Amino acid sequence: MGLQVLFFYLFAFIAVASAFMVIAAKNPVYSVLFLILTFVNAAGLFLLTGAEFLAMILLVVYVGAVAVLFLFVVMMLDIDFAELRAGVLEYAPVGALIGLILAAELIIVVGGATFSPEIAKAISMPIPAVSERTNTAALGDVLYTHYVYFFQIAGLVLLVAMIGAIVLTLRHRQNIKRQSIPRQVARTPENAVEVVTVKPGQGI
Amino acid sequence: MEIGISHYLTVSAILFTLGVFGIFLNRKNVIIILMSVELILLAVNINMVAFSAFLNDITGQVFALFILTVAAAEAAIGLAILVVFYRNRGSIDVEDINTMKG
Repeated sequence: MGLQVLFFYLFAFIAVASAFMVIAAKNPVYSVLFLILTFVNAAGLFLLTGAEFLAMILLVVYVGAVAVLFLFVVMMLDIDFAELRAGVLEYAPVGALIGLILAAELIIVVGGATFSPEIAKAISMPIPAVSERTNTAALGDVLYTHYVYFFQIAGLVLLVAMIGAIVLTLRHRQNIKRQSIPRQVARTPENAVEVVTVKPGQGI
Repeated sequence: MEIGISHYLTVSAILFTLGVFGIFLNRKNVIIILMSVELILLAVNINMVAFSAFLNDITGQVFALFILTVAAAEAAIGLAILVVFYRNRGSIDVEDINTMKG
């Protein structure tokens, strides 16, 4: 049990520290890299609770796709980030005050929380023992049966997001010569070739 | 010493607060604000998974999966809007986003 405690505090400390660096780093590229570190450590926390599939999904989807997307955008936009950081400390005291109050309230509320004994009756989908069913299989058992409509809707959300992102960023540039296969195929000798009778000695 | 659910909830509360604080701190930079929103969603996910594990109910993990989906879609759309905005205005300062103001 001692190892679990050690790893919990390791993951939790690095996650919180790098989350702080995400918002405090001067360069947004560093912010993205610290965001990746936060996600990796959150995946470690997920592993400690036994949610192995979500931990792997967090690594694959967040670190592999979302964080790299952030990195692309940060590097693609040519922005003077120092200018954007000007006056960053202006609202910091107010933000810190609100943040401290929020954190204190949340921690006071959740710190001493215990489960009521009656809650055991309300469990709808108990997690099977690891020896019987792996976490991924157990998740699939529930996801493809009870939550299949929600699963489809989640896929639809991703489809809409993909189409939306493409439509938003697609740019049709003018004044660029492009191959248009329909136009090439539709060309006939009548509208492509012009027969001119040239009179001798005059030219066209 | 045992790691209970309140430990996980405390970590998630701190991450949530850092996300909110990040929005205050970087009011001008939309990219950092989007990253702060990602931090907030991560905190929510840690909550879901912790409750799922300690209540022994897998529904929380299913829900966390859906939150992950929506967060990924939100990041993609948000960054696409950001790129279009940068193309049109040449800036990502939040204070410049007032074209629709009358």
